[in-house]
Amino acid sequence: MSIRESLLVLLGAGPRHGYQLRAEFEAATGEVWPLNVGQVYTTLERLERDGLVRGGEPDSDGRRAFELTAAGREAITGFMSTPGGREAPSRDGLMMKVLISVAAPGVDALEVIRLERSSRMAVLQERRRAARDSGMNGALAPRLALDALIALTESELRWLDLCEERILAAARTSPDPDKEQR
Amino acid sequence: MTPVLSINDVRRRYGAGATEVVALDGVSLTVQAGEFVAIMGPSGSGKSTLLNMAGGLDHPTSGTVLVDGNDLAALDPAGLAAVRRRHIGFVFQEFNLVPQLTAEENVMLPMELDGTPVKAARHAAREALASVGLDGKGRRFPDDLSGGEQQRVAIARAMTGERRLILADEPTGALDTVTGEAVADLIARYAADGGAVVLVTHEPRIASFADRVVWLRDGRVVDDVDARSGAGARP
Repeated sequence: MSIRESLLVLLGAGPRHGYQLRAEFEAATGEVWPLNVGQVYTTLERLERDGLVRGGEPDSDGRRAFELTAAGREAITGFMSTPGGREAPSRDGLMMKVLISVAAPGVDALEVIRLERSSRMAVLQERRRAARDSGMNGALAPRLALDALIALTESELRWLDLCEERILAAARTSPDPDKEQR
Repeated sequence: MTPVLSINDVRRRYGAGATEVVALDGVSLTVQAGEFVAIMGPSGSGKSTLLNMAGGLDHPTSGTVLVDGNDLAALDPAGLAAVRRRHIGFVFQEFNLVPQLTAEENVMLPMELDGTPVKAARHAAREALASVGLDGKGRRFPDDLSGGEQQRVAIARAMTGERRLILADEPTGALDTVTGEAVADLIARYAADGGAVVLVTHEPRIASFADRVVWLRDGRVVDDVDARSGAGARP
């Protein structure tokens, strides 16, 4: 889901100022993606142009509150009931790095994997420690956001392990002199 | 300070000639009190062999294994059994509790085998069960406990007495994610309180509870990541 769509869904709770929306977005997503308020107002103005929200008159502080239109509600129903997963995978730095190192002569792909894996495990350990130190037992949003980050890093680590196993297995069956394996 | 576990240049070969398999090819690993080390690596990399060496369940072809300063190779079978009982707690994937005994009796068992008076063993077992969050469940039998609770009993059993070393082989393998993380957290707290832990797992999320993560490949240590130093170091 995009930020545009996220803000639209949050407006379902009733009219909001940009500042309020920003705070609610950041709280809901465990502050993983900080927004600047300018970005929020630009997005709201585009949504208004597209007829999905309606902006009120500026209040005494010059802030405008926005609310959903009927078209906006319809749009929310549309994208919330449309599951994703069939798009091409987003261009991922790690995936490309490993695939290219396996293909490129003179690059030790196993060493690339080892380094990427160490740094990711260290990140996982840091997140784990941060969670423990913050004693985040009560708040659901930061807990779920941390779970998502752990799951993403974990899936990268699992993929790296699998790459290593397959590279080693391939090297055992057909040793390639161009690709020196440890 | 004497390390709790010291594995020095251990090699282990099975078979000979054309059928020879090198399970461990010169592995060294030192674990201090208060340290939690996770071992990862592909199947056949030597993880289980290494854990078996640490627990005196297998013998190196060359190299030494010391537990609390005791060279396991220098011990007779009775001496080895005593070191295993007094110094090492084992935790397995399938819990390995005695089904005919209550949770409390399961925890008491190794202490009683070691000659601890029943009253003292019962007291220690109750304390251990309380420390793993099983206060009041000591009289239940294993099949009346959930998988996570059974594993907590096994951990309580592994940490009673004077033991300072827990060897855990895929302890969360039979548990769902939330329960597995709670068990890993318990093991991490045991280490933070001064115990030493070596845990074999294939799950990165479980390994991340450890202070150090060691990767094996083809019987060798290829990586050793220490969260406390914040960087991976090639051995």
